[in-house]
Amino acid sequence: MSNTFTVDGQEVPFEPGQTVLQAALTADVFIPHLCYHPEFRPHGSCKLCTVEVNGRPATSCTLPAAAGMEIESNTAEIMAKRRMLLQMLLVEGNHFCPSCEKSGSCKLQALCYALGVMSPHFDQFYPDRPVDASHPEMLLDFNRCILCELCIRASAEVDQKNVFALSGRGITKHLIVNAESGRLADTNFAPSDKAAQVCPVGVILRKRRGFAVPIGSRPYDAQPISDQAERFKPVVKEGS
Amino acid sequence: MTEALEGLADILARHGCDGTRLMQILRETQEVLGWLSPSTLTEIARSIGWPRAKVEGVAGFYSFFHTEPMGRYRVLWSDNITDRMLGSRELMQAMCQSLWLEPGRVSEDGLVSVDTTSCTGMCDQGPAVLVNYRAITRMTPERVDRMAELIRAETPLAEWPTEWFHVEDNVRRADILLDNTLRPGEALKAALAREAETETAANARSWREGVHTDTLGPSAVLEEIKKSNLRGRGGAGFTTGLKWEACRHAPADQRFVVCNADEGEPGTFKDRVLLTRQADLVFEGMTVAGYVIGAKRGYVYLRGEYRYLLEPLNEILSRRRDMNLLGESILGRAGFDFDIEVHLGAGAYVCGEESALIESLEGKRGVPRNRPPYPVTHGFLGKPTIVNNVETFAAAALVAARGGEWYRAIGTSKSTGTKLLSVSGDVARPGIYEYPFGVTVQQVLDDAGAANAQAVQVSGPSGLCVADNEFGHRIAFEEIPTAGAFMVFNKDRDMFDVAQNFAQFFAHESCGFCTPCRVGTTLLKNLMDKIGRGHGTQVDVTEIRQIADLMQAAAHCGLGHTASRPLLDTLKKFRPAYERRLQSLRFQPAFDLDGALAQARQMTGRDDSGAHLENAE
Repeated sequence: MSNTFTVDGQEVPFEPGQTVLQAALTADVFIPHLCYHPEFRPHGSCKLCTVEVNGRPATSCTLPAAAGMEIESNTAEIMAKRRMLLQMLLVEGNHFCPSCEKSGSCKLQALCYALGVMSPHFDQFYPDRPVDASHPEMLLDFNRCILCELCIRASAEVDQKNVFALSGRGITKHLIVNAESGRLADTNFAPSDKAAQVCPVGVILRKRRGFAVPIGSRPYDAQPISDQAERFKPVVKEGS
Repeated sequence: MTEALEGLADILARHGCDGTRLMQILRETQEVLGWLSPSTLTEIARSIGWPRAKVEGVAGFYSFFHTEPMGRYRVLWSDNITDRMLGSRELMQAMCQSLWLEPGRVSEDGLVSVDTTSCTGMCDQGPAVLVNYRAITRMTPERVDRMAELIRAETPLAEWPTEWFHVEDNVRRADILLDNTLRPGEALKAALAREAETETAANARSWREGVHTDTLGPSAVLEEIKKSNLRGRGGAGFTTGLKWEACRHAPADQRFVVCNADEGEPGTFKDRVLLTRQADLVFEGMTVAGYVIGAKRGYVYLRGEYRYLLEPLNEILSRRRDMNLLGESILGRAGFDFDIEVHLGAGAYVCGEESALIESLEGKRGVPRNRPPYPVTHGFLGKPTIVNNVETFAAAALVAARGGEWYRAIGTSKSTGTKLLSVSGDVARPGIYEYPFGVTVQQVLDDAGAANAQAVQVSGPSGLCVADNEFGHRIAFEEIPTAGAFMVFNKDRDMFDVAQNFAQFFAHESCGFCTPCRVGTTLLKNLMDKIGRGHGTQVDVTEIRQIADLMQAAAHCGLGHTASRPLLDTLKKFRPAYERRLQSLRFQPAFDLDGALAQARQMTGRDDSGAHLENAE
């Protein structure tokens, strides 16, 4: 048996060291995910990429690929679980797509459409999460945060700035910034930071840049995210 | 202010400005300054060289750290179901009225706050409170009144009645562990006396790279541990010998021994008693483990609720150093260097999970790691680490002293040795019962004086709810496994209340890392509260099952996998407790119109019938 496994019967080749999700995305096989980003180490917190391996549930972004694995991903049961996870994320924050600048390029919204989430289903939590508009060029709308930690990872690993971190626990867990005042303006955050580019939803936004790309021309407007696996192919780093 | 800053500088200096000691720095700072102000956190972050936000994130994770002032007196009522059964909620209400307080709010003058906290491990002598993180047991209406007076008079805690702080051991049945007559050092001497009988490949391996390649003793001790078939006492039941062997064989320049004394499972208090009566045996087991795996350093991760044990434990450690049972060349064996330090947690149940515990020990938020790799190869500071329960180390010391054959003759074939049970709830004699594995639930109930029991929650909320038709089953890994909790409920108790209490507990203790547990535990709590208010329907019960399915399949760690178990168990075994609360309607919204007017009623000081909507019927 060579270095391949199957996803819903389809054969997927992998390189040693790749995780199941990385190999699947490389092979244009889409598995829903939110906290995974091709340029960062897998995180394993959103659980959208949950699959079944030989009948047992597993998180595909952190699961090392192994030859001969039989993976089920798009079964009715797994899809139902993913829809419930998306609904959980919807009620936990305050998401109003029509007024959000990220509509059409938001991965949460795109996955909801792709998986057929037609309503939040659960009772809304309506958390109180004030917006931080202190920074002259950037805006933080915490209402939309899904706690994927991509901005935290980008700021620490790429920008070497540690602008973001998490505080609180459980349902009160929330994003904070690196300043005694708690305000983004008092950090060394800059619009050119990697952390400013990675938010999969609409938390970290450039001020005065609304609707630069018109609605209808945005990445997920024309084609469902599930048909765009090529967007998330792992980046081959030099020397690796 | 300068005095405060000096205190902070002393603490930071004592910990060498080492970020991995952040938990201890934050706790000691808070003990001096009362709370962790924004400027204090900035100063700590600067001194240890960590990003400020990371330090704030750690402070924000643990229930016992405050980034806002919480009053000079902070009273926390243990909110386990056993405390509630002893009247804790009514007593807390009375205390709040007496002090003119709302639960969770600090008084206007900044004097006092009163709130609830997860089980403090005093279930056999509740209702219990923590006052400024000092344990007080057996609360009564009289004590509530007297305590309110002492707080109003701003009497220092040191001048409060000493008997309030007395914690009973309540040992009701002792066996090989609690009855042992080993003197400090005896088990260690026996371990050092063992030499390998045959030189196998494993024996010939260096037990600490570069040192003592010719020492065969450690592998001989490991053989005894393996022979004993000792299994972890923290609940999972992993074979101790295999864990130690995997760690011993992991290539590294440093290894660590960690004792999990974060006894957070509601209803469990046996580790508290072991650390009170048998601390030497526990430390001895850790030292034996250090000898076997080749570790130089051990840590006891003690839950913050047991803060009062810190000084006594440090005294025992100091005595053991004087006796050369810790330190360098222990008992004269060159190269056998080992020492132990006690680290305190700060109110986070999830830190009982071994990888979360290690994160916390490194000064971080207690979030379970992605596994593999496991701690035996990548643990504390990325080095091979064994994490074992307090009771496991005590049992290991017994095995080192008396041998594996002796130990495995006790208990059942798959569950050797004895088990300490923390018995509480509706029994005449609550306390610690040590039994050989294989004892039936009924036997424990009879010994503890439980008349009229309808259910026992074995191993806490994450364990199993055992109904009366199952009382003949045995306590053993192969039948009813347990970490030690044994909460008894008589036929007058409402098992829905029990399940609701557990749902509230898990929602409070989820670390929040993964979506299914972070949101799922709160959804479950909200649904249970809705049913509890009499607004539930069959739809809500179905919903509970679906959320439970998702959490069991997709959650990141054991907390999320087990959080729904008490609900599913009680739904299966005590369904009438739910059904009599359900509306006959197919669906009813969670929004309660009359409940929404509560704030208006409070503001106007009215609670008469005219201030209520008659929409309930």
